[in-house]
Amino acid sequence: MADGYNKPIPIPQPESDNYWEGAKAGELRLRKCDDCDQAYFYPRNICPDCGNNNTSWIVASGNAKIHTFAIVHRAPHPGFVDDIPYVPAIVELEEGPRMATQIVNVEADPSKISIDMAVKVVFESITDEISLPKFEPA
Amino acid sequence: MRRKTRQTYSGEDLKMPVMDKLKAISGSAAIVGVAESDNIGRVPEKGPMELHAEAGRNALADAGIDKSEVDGVFTAGYSTYDIAEYMGITPHFTDSTSVGGSSFVIHIAHAMAAIQAGYCEVALITHGESGRSNRARAAGNPGLAGAQYEQPYGIMGAPIGYSMAANRYMHQYGEDRTREAMANIAISTRKWANMNEKAYFYDTPMTFDEYHDSRWVSWPFHLPDCCLVTDAGAAIVITSTERAKSTRKGGVRVLGAAEGHDHSVLHQMPDLTRTWGRHTGPQALEMAGITHDELDLAMIYDSFTYTVIATLESLGFCGPGEGPDFVADQRTAPGGDFPLNTSGGGLSYTHPGMYGIFTVVEAVRQLRGETGKRQLDKCNLAMAHGTGGTLSSTGTVILARD
Repeated sequence: MADGYNKPIPIPQPESDNYWEGAKAGELRLRKCDDCDQAYFYPRNICPDCGNNNTSWIVASGNAKIHTFAIVHRAPHPGFVDDIPYVPAIVELEEGPRMATQIVNVEADPSKISIDMAVKVVFESITDEISLPKFEPA
Repeated sequence: MRRKTRQTYSGEDLKMPVMDKLKAISGSAAIVGVAESDNIGRVPEKGPMELHAEAGRNALADAGIDKSEVDGVFTAGYSTYDIAEYMGITPHFTDSTSVGGSSFVIHIAHAMAAIQAGYCEVALITHGESGRSNRARAAGNPGLAGAQYEQPYGIMGAPIGYSMAANRYMHQYGEDRTREAMANIAISTRKWANMNEKAYFYDTPMTFDEYHDSRWVSWPFHLPDCCLVTDAGAAIVITSTERAKSTRKGGVRVLGAAEGHDHSVLHQMPDLTRTWGRHTGPQALEMAGITHDELDLAMIYDSFTYTVIATLESLGFCGPGEGPDFVADQRTAPGGDFPLNTSGGGLSYTHPGMYGIFTVVEAVRQLRGETGKRQLDKCNLAMAHGTGGTLSSTGTVILARD
């Protein structure tokens, strides 16, 4: 854990332990409903589409495209003061679901980032237990 | 047919509740009292509970109804037992439905249903928040999706989520025309606020140049794209239309009411350009038996300029992507042919956090003819619409002056 990390840190829940363990191991793990044959986000045992729990875990490719983003100029929390401007985003994973994230390793300038731009996952270790999946230009 | 994925809804059926039953109770309840707290804006000397209680007392005085007659209590952000205890009320009907800023509009539907069913006769809906000055902010539940999957990325607070939705809209429908529409909403709303002595920006006009030159909060939002953060309370008193006749000012009837939501956290929103208003607009209008064209006033929750554009489209005032044309040329400003947010809205009047109740307060005052120099020449039918969460929930009511 980086010293002085003072941003919100996820607290894994029973249904998300495996997701966060995967992220720590460098894998983006998704739930998939075997009845619907479809992946979904965020992780929960019961499929949000059909309501069954005939569900499993898959490892996502990590390839995605930007669905939308913003460029934050006023920090919403003391932990982000040194990060502005930063780029929160929603990405659409190759497997279908969308997830919230940050776009990193890119200039925080609307002329340098575009919706539908191809991105791929990178993992940022923030504590011994938690790594955050973020995305960078592919 | 089951949807293929919960993150798309193209071809979604416009499924409505049991409309025959809803039409049967249309107009059966009436708003008989509305009020703000004694002060709104910057009120550090009072806490949020006091703002609830002041607004509740003022709304009951507006109605000419004694507190002892209140038998239904509705609130959000707190449990009704906290508010009722503070005010010294012991209700027989209690509803703490908390779905953000839409809650208090939704409570109107619940109050009407409860009055119709016989659970209560005098319903009091209260709101109070010290958005600017609160000394005791509550922490969220760390196990929820927002805490695990959004906040660690700095996606917290309304401007960031809404600006992400707005950027998607710009991508789909054009950046320049969306920007111009956002400026039009910011300016027209400010003009209304300049006619409302209670408005935070009553004395502060704004030009298009000032809008475009203002600093970024979260691109694509300038500061004037974002609502105020104030201290304020408001309350509404509702009773049966029959009983309303014997109240101090008479009643403003509730002709239509609808509610719902399709997500909580932003990344679960099926379409960032369409709110649940796509259901509550048509449903409330059908229940009321009127069309968009018959409305004299639209009070649309304006947490952000973009919220208004997406909401007008979702409610059916215009089609997807047509919002920028709909609000062009200051059509929503004083003197325009589509009066919108005549109080000055969340953008320029007040916005303590969950602003929805204030859309109803202004609609009732316009219908009663109490709004002074900003009073509309004709106001017999009004829509008030609340949005909650991150474009998550909506509540729509259609109100009529007898």
